[in-house]
Amino acid sequence: MGKLILLLLNLIVLYNIVAAVFEDQVGKFDWRQQYVGKVRFSHFDTHMQSSKKVLLATESNVFAAINTRTGDLFWRHVDKTGPEGNIDAVLHHGQDAVLVVGNGRVLRSWDISVGGLNWEIVLDSGSFRSACLVGQQGTVKHAAVLKKSVISLHYLSNGHQKWVENLPESETVNYQAVHSDGNGQVYALGVVSHSHIAVVAYSAEDGEIIKQVSVEAPWLSNIPASCAVVGQGMLTCVDSTTMSIYTLDLYQQLQMIQIPLQSLGLEVDPGFQPHLVSHQPHPARQPLSEFLLQLGPDHHLLLQLNNGQIVILRDFKPALLVSFATTGEKTVAAVMSPKNKTACGINLFSAESGRRLLDTTLIFTVDPNAGKPERLHVQAFLKKDDSVGYRVMVQSEDHALTFIQQPGRVMWTREEALSDVVTMEMVDLPLTGTQAELEGEFGKKAAIQDGLMSMVLKRLSSQLIMLQTWVAHLWKLFYDARKPRSQVKNDVSIENLSRDEFNLQKMMVMVTSSGKLFGIDSKTGSILWKHYLDNIPSNAAFNLMVQRTTAHFPHPPQCTLLIKDKDSGLAALHVFNPIFGRKSQVAPPALSQPILQSLLLPLMDQDYAKVLLLVDDQYKVSAFPSTKNVLQQLQETAASIFFYLVDSSQGRLSGYRLRTDLSTEQVWEVVIPVEVQNIVSVKGKRPNEHVHSQGRVMGDRSVLYKYLNPSLLAVVTESTDLHQERSFIGILLIDGVTGRIIHEAVQRKARGPVHVVHSENWVVYEYWSTKSRRNEFSVIELYEGMELYNSTVFSSLDRPHAPQVLQQSYIFPSSISTMEATLTEKGITSRHLLIGLPSGGILSLPKMFLDPRRPEIVSEQSREENLIPYAPELIIRTEWFINYNQTVSRVRGIYTAPSGLESTCLVVAYGLDIYQTRVYPSKQFDVLKDDYDYMLISSVLFALFFATMISKRLAEVKLLNRAWR
Amino acid sequence: MARLLSFKAAVFFTLFFFISTDFVCCNNGRRVGDPLETELSGFSVPLEHSFELDDTGKFQVRGSLLLKTGREPSVSLTQNQLSEEDRAKLKEVAAVDGLYRIRVPRVFLQADRQTEWQMEGHLTAFVRACAMVESHLSDVITLHTDVSGYLIGVSIVTLPGACRGTEVEDEVDLEVFNTTLSIMAPVNAPGPETALFLERMEQESEKKGKNPQEQKSFFAKYWYLILGGAIFLMVTNSAQPPAGGGREQS
Repeated sequence: MGKLILLLLNLIVLYNIVAAVFEDQVGKFDWRQQYVGKVRFSHFDTHMQSSKKVLLATESNVFAAINTRTGDLFWRHVDKTGPEGNIDAVLHHGQDAVLVVGNGRVLRSWDISVGGLNWEIVLDSGSFRSACLVGQQGTVKHAAVLKKSVISLHYLSNGHQKWVENLPESETVNYQAVHSDGNGQVYALGVVSHSHIAVVAYSAEDGEIIKQVSVEAPWLSNIPASCAVVGQGMLTCVDSTTMSIYTLDLYQQLQMIQIPLQSLGLEVDPGFQPHLVSHQPHPARQPLSEFLLQLGPDHHLLLQLNNGQIVILRDFKPALLVSFATTGEKTVAAVMSPKNKTACGINLFSAESGRRLLDTTLIFTVDPNAGKPERLHVQAFLKKDDSVGYRVMVQSEDHALTFIQQPGRVMWTREEALSDVVTMEMVDLPLTGTQAELEGEFGKKAAIQDGLMSMVLKRLSSQLIMLQTWVAHLWKLFYDARKPRSQVKNDVSIENLSRDEFNLQKMMVMVTSSGKLFGIDSKTGSILWKHYLDNIPSNAAFNLMVQRTTAHFPHPPQCTLLIKDKDSGLAALHVFNPIFGRKSQVAPPALSQPILQSLLLPLMDQDYAKVLLLVDDQYKVSAFPSTKNVLQQLQETAASIFFYLVDSSQGRLSGYRLRTDLSTEQVWEVVIPVEVQNIVSVKGKRPNEHVHSQGRVMGDRSVLYKYLNPSLLAVVTESTDLHQERSFIGILLIDGVTGRIIHEAVQRKARGPVHVVHSENWVVYEYWSTKSRRNEFSVIELYEGMELYNSTVFSSLDRPHAPQVLQQSYIFPSSISTMEATLTEKGITSRHLLIGLPSGGILSLPKMFLDPRRPEIVSEQSREENLIPYAPELIIRTEWFINYNQTVSRVRGIYTAPSGLESTCLVVAYGLDIYQTRVYPSKQFDVLKDDYDYMLISSVLFALFFATMISKRLAEVKLLNRAWR
Repeated sequence: MARLLSFKAAVFFTLFFFISTDFVCCNNGRRVGDPLETELSGFSVPLEHSFELDDTGKFQVRGSLLLKTGREPSVSLTQNQLSEEDRAKLKEVAAVDGLYRIRVPRVFLQADRQTEWQMEGHLTAFVRACAMVESHLSDVITLHTDVSGYLIGVSIVTLPGACRGTEVEDEVDLEVFNTTLSIMAPVNAPGPETALFLERMEQESEKKGKNPQEQKSFFAKYWYLILGGAIFLMVTNSAQPPAGGGREQS
């Protein structure tokens, strides 16, 4: 019976928090975008003329097929992250694509039409060097894989190994390339650096060594970088030190023939590493005897190797990018050459003759807010009149892919930089023009300057404008209503962006690791602006701050991005308008010293921009903006500005106070010995977080007050000893102002990675328990007790009593990728934890399940308080997945932002994919439902109204009659 | 009241420390000939403080902390009185809202030898000087150690903690420190409590076991209905055998 009651209680509790998406709501409030990452290999599906697939293998270990008409994904396979899933090579033949994955660990074959796996085999260990397809008598049936010390041949049909052979002298010879051209032999090419080149010819039939030669080549160190096989087995290399081209006949292997570049009248640009590109249209046939030679950043040549003689077919200068493409029997070279600052022209040249093909010009407009083009992927096809047509996919520095058709129509663009979002912010949209007009009209300045009459006139004019927009809106509604629904498009552009009633639509400012910034409309997911920052260091750390929101019309909103080189510590600031993406006119200060810390103060200058303080390695502070007003304010408040620095390499946490002359003084120091444990994360609270209630009402109607220290830091450490019996995780709660250690706990027999969320008066962390081999959640809550020390204001300097600390732990049935808490406008709505799971789901776990006051034994009081009885396991309920079937691959971060509605929190999950949705942790208590019956309510109202009227009348008559009697 | 209580606690603690130091002394007295043991039992480090008008750190010795090493480290403090000069300075610093800072050297409390416990650097903490003055030098100092016995932090608060701007008339109030000292090691965070939960579940099932009527399963309760239904189905099925199937087999 007790259990039944318990179950019932549970059900009642759960009933309140179950919230799921109805089928007709799918896609209404949420959207997902899927990305693949920076492209490493691309192959156009050519086995069918009408095919519209391009295969992409990327540096994010993704293999995908994309529709060349629309740019959408056909299918996508996401492999493990890191070197384990690294795609080393892609061999594409007909319907199959063979991938070498994980430094030659696995060989996989995919059916490209549906994206299904044909077969997969595990190869022997050994680091991968090269792979190629091997054909015989015009058909391709095998693939050769070259590793450090072995070469193996595999059937394309089932992956079985045909033969495997050890490479001779693999300790000294560094084998780097494998080549086959359909004559029944497989050549393994190796080099002994600055000495000689080794060529081993294997029989494709049984793996027998047919020939083994070494040829003097003291100038050579890297075959793939400087050599290519051209024509009839001629290994052709280019060397910048001797300024020569060398050729070696792989069939006869007599010696290297040196052809000085000077004899051809050519010269390498100083400091440039020349590069050779050959083309093998079919793996069972010989490569073309024409090849491309790059002599400078914008200097390419089309050369022909003819009986050991090199003939210059065409000199392309200036030419940024050159690429071969084959269709049918024709091979062309596509050449991209700059036209002017904003456009590039692409032309086709016949590979055999070097003649320019007629009507093949294509104009590529270079977006000034995008990176320079980096690679050219050409899809050539035969037109009806047997001439060659083509489309190109341009890959640029910012990882964007642009697919262009003749004469320059952009068919689609994929912003692959968005597959690696580093940080983001959500900014409110600005008011509409009319709203802004009203704001301006009743601004302070206007009222003082103008008299009564002009104010009336202004009022009338603005009313007129409002009427006008309203009529226009009505007209649009009427016009749209006549069209079928599918044609009505709500195009969002920067011009018609405006805040909606409940501030549910916001601008998502996303910073990607490539240095490209995006402004995305949160409602539709369309990219409204993009801005590429060039010369971003590869290991940069980004910090995005909103200095001024949209609330301060007519001052434009302002965001500041701090870009810091992790090695040198040198930083730069990029100040921009988050709504339009334009660089701000405000000149950021030049930062000559390495920056240790940046902090955004709640102080504002006269233009309502929050003050950003930057602490350099001399512990000097500079302010941005640094106007007189700001400096004065800083001087006044300096004594109350404290900040902390973390040096995790020395385990040092130190607190500083600002002095009036903008120097700093150290006021506290905590040192955690690095020999025992390392600081892995330091988490403060979010500055825009509101807590509505100061305490919790207990079962006996007394109040337990929360310890709401805004400057509390949660410091997580991991032990250096990783032995499963001795490893531990340390949690330190430190006051960021005084350095006082509020609470110190160790979770023994636990290991990272630790995910922490710190909010209100609680800290939730997740870790791996080495003892029980499972993931566990732990929650710490801090309470002041039954009395508040000082209820009006919280000061870290005046809180002598340590808070009560409650802690409880739970078992969680899955590992997690990331974790964040929901955030609402006023903090009335109950909190949920949003947990990104490796499976791609985003779980919305009510915080009430992670409550250290959950009782072991149910009592009357705990029931009164609505506490759920303690159960050691947290259960994942499928209806808690906020992204239903919209899997978000490799979630790295979840961003939450409050909306204008208290019940609603906006959520963006980013990783390889981006997913945006809304969550309602306490259901939509402040919104009428979609199917709210207005008709019924109003008819009832009217009926009641008339009923009262009639009954009143009747009563009057009755009274009158009674009076007469 | 709270203040009185804490004062009592302070008295208690000081008493306790006196006892413990006495005990240590006794220990020393007994084993004079064993120098290693005395080193093991404890060592003393200076507790320094600094209060300057220009907030530069000029640390002077305030007292000495006697740290007892071992499994359960404890600490006691002997400290000097504030000199007249210092008292005046402290009041001056308090008047300009300066800081009163303390520091202790980093030490390792589990060390066996004297050379091992000393480490480089100091741990510092601060309170507002006015709070120090207004509380009549009654402060609470807590030393924090980590799991392995390294001292990682020190914290100081005064009781009461607020600065109300009340003038301290009596110089005598600023003479003697009234310090409550403690040393804190990290607490062990609890893991998921499966044992208790299982026990509770067992108890509940036991309770149920006492009442056999409820324990009956669905099948045990309604077997006759299910059986009757099954028979009924079989009878209706066998009444109309599938004619086609039979013919094919023959």
